[in-house]
Amino acid sequence: MKTMKKLISIVAIAALALSVFACSNETAETVAETEAVASEYDAMSHAEYDAAEIDSEVTVLCTVMATQSWWDNKITVYAADADGAYFIYNMACSEEDAANLTAGTTILVTGYKSEWAGEIEIADATFEFTDVDGIAIAAVDLTADFADEDALLAHQNEYFTMTGLTVEAIGDNEEAFLYSYDGSGSQGDDLYFKVSNGDVSYTFTVESYLTGADTDVYQAVEGLNVGDTIDVAGYLYWYEGVNPHITSVTVR
Amino acid sequence: MISMRRRVYASILAFTFAFSSLALTGCHGKTSRNEFIVPEEFDASRQFSITFWAKNDTNINQTNIYNQAIADFEELYPNIDVNLRLYTDYNKIYNDVITNIATDTTPNVCITYPDHIATYISGENTVVPLDNLFTDERYGLGGTEVLFDSPSVDEIVPEFLNECMINGTYYCMPYMRSTEALYINKTYVEALGFEVPDMVTWDYIWEVSNAATAKNPDGTFAVNGQQVLIPFIYKSSDNMMITMLRQLDAGYSDSSGNIEIFNDTTSSILHTIADEVAAGAFSTFTVSGYPGNFLNAGQCIFAVDSTAGSTWMGSEAPLSDIHESDVVDFETVVRPVPQFNIEEPRMISQGPSVCVFNKEDPQEVLAAWLFAQYLLTNDVQVAYAGTEGYVPVTSKAQESSEYQAYLNDPQQYDVKIAVTNMFLQNINNTFVTPVFNGSTSLRNAAAQLIDSTVKSVRRRETVDDAYISNLYSEVTALYRLDQLSWSKDSKTALGPLPKESKILLISLGVVWIGIGAYFATDLVKKRKKF
Repeated sequence: MKTMKKLISIVAIAALALSVFACSNETAETVAETEAVASEYDAMSHAEYDAAEIDSEVTVLCTVMATQSWWDNKITVYAADADGAYFIYNMACSEEDAANLTAGTTILVTGYKSEWAGEIEIADATFEFTDVDGIAIAAVDLTADFADEDALLAHQNEYFTMTGLTVEAIGDNEEAFLYSYDGSGSQGDDLYFKVSNGDVSYTFTVESYLTGADTDVYQAVEGLNVGDTIDVAGYLYWYEGVNPHITSVTVR
Repeated sequence: MISMRRRVYASILAFTFAFSSLALTGCHGKTSRNEFIVPEEFDASRQFSITFWAKNDTNINQTNIYNQAIADFEELYPNIDVNLRLYTDYNKIYNDVITNIATDTTPNVCITYPDHIATYISGENTVVPLDNLFTDERYGLGGTEVLFDSPSVDEIVPEFLNECMINGTYYCMPYMRSTEALYINKTYVEALGFEVPDMVTWDYIWEVSNAATAKNPDGTFAVNGQQVLIPFIYKSSDNMMITMLRQLDAGYSDSSGNIEIFNDTTSSILHTIADEVAAGAFSTFTVSGYPGNFLNAGQCIFAVDSTAGSTWMGSEAPLSDIHESDVVDFETVVRPVPQFNIEEPRMISQGPSVCVFNKEDPQEVLAAWLFAQYLLTNDVQVAYAGTEGYVPVTSKAQESSEYQAYLNDPQQYDVKIAVTNMFLQNINNTFVTPVFNGSTSLRNAAAQLIDSTVKSVRRRETVDDAYISNLYSEVTALYRLDQLSWSKDSKTALGPLPKESKILLISLGVVWIGIGAYFATDLVKKRKKF
């Protein structure tokens, strides 16, 4: 019976993955399939998660998109299902399990829905691996929503792209990027850079625990010049407003 | 200005004990270094390259002051190159130092906390004891051969210097000191019908905070007209617990490392916190976010944060993480942290200290010591203190005309000057917690007692005596507080020798006896020849 349950789940998820690949627009059918698989694991749908109160216990079935570096038996995870994304902060995790939390792995996460400086996240979470195949998470293009913070908020934590952004000067010395938010850091610390599209600008971050100094994105940002036109991809993290963790930068 | 401060990762704190335990294990097998002896003469003909690991509060002005201090020092000592490595987190420095003790690649000079040094010195001769350096006639504080105007040891504020003594020895010098302050939205307090007293009590805080939870019919809070209000937010949960216990003369720990925190007073404090969270009156940084952000947005009335965070506090704060459009206008006043007994106020003393690591070459250590000493000069002390609500650690700097001019400069941010003056007036009311190998873990445990209670109430769990008892057990296990006793006595700590070691020692004894017997026999033979 248990095997059959897993088989059904795998088939359903596979079908779901195909549907996501085939069409970037979410369909009612996709949502239904996602919810069906989630219910097999007594997990919430993303809509139920959205509706859950802050500080309430939540359980979600999600596919790992990326993780920050593991330490002290905890790991921070960027995850998603077909309907939305999750930021799972400091999830309990052994070092051995962390090695298996690769992109595409589907996990069942139980924790508490929390809010910290505007970021909606799952805190104090535990997880278990599942046999469910991960879905392919397509980046959502948010270029058109750049100036609309409320529209961006609806995509919080999702994997996204934005194209044609302009690198603005940041800091007292009008640099293209800073080590730490005000330039008080050094190489290896988080990078901060400012981008605009029209009259609106945001500060983007290269989170060093996600993409460290030896990664392409870190080095790409270190090579930016004020005025460059860039395309970016990343996770739409929130800190008192839009503050995405950028994973890819391409200079046009 | 919109700025971004990195979220403090609580796990870093939890990480420290496990990591230090590993490092200490490594120390047992490591060859110990010779004790440092002050050279008679500093060798100015040699070139030295020393490393300085420094911490700033994610504040570019502090970074600039470090760079200026290095440039000025190198001009005085052209044969000493100082290489700066910047950190914005004490715990990251701590973890890196522990790692580098194991590989014998510690920095020469390091900004740190005395709690951390207590772990560092478990490796023999790892950190240079400073007692002899302080008083060395030629190269000590105010020494005759020092090429700058160095303070004497008597000019270091005694309360601050005493924090640097571990087991009767000075292992560091204070670099900057701060305390905590209560930042108050006076406008809202008065709107609620209260006055702000000169010294605020805990009862007052809870009374006003509860009054502030009143709502309009539309669900917004009456005092601010917003959907969000957390009347009282404490930045440092560990300091909150430590300070409350100290104010009540209740147990925390003793200087030998005996854990005393799990007592009835602590339980009573946790019950109070649970009640206030349930009433919607209180939260912590760990659970809700930076108190300054809530304060500046009119979503908090009482915020306790470091005086070293004063430039982030208030509606006119020079630094802010929130949109300008979210900042509300209000009058900010500052007071000492809430008290149980206003006749005997107690507040914590905190802030960075500086230590010197031992090296094979005493000349290199002396070069490092000279730079460390340079950090206490008036130029560095006054400049760095002015970046935030710090106070200089020497009376020489505090009484200098430059510092007095700074305190009276109307161009300075008034909240920063107000907390600085508050601290200067209360230095005699500050306290520190005992430092021992494991005191960092106890501090983390103190924080978790409060943060877990806050979370549990918000998650509608029952917080009663059974909950608190269980919490004590969990925290004890997580931070291994029941294993800290080993650190009090290293002989006890190491336990009985392993069998292999016993065999080795016995073998060595047998060999020495054999050698002795051989020489004795040989001597007898030689004597017979005469």
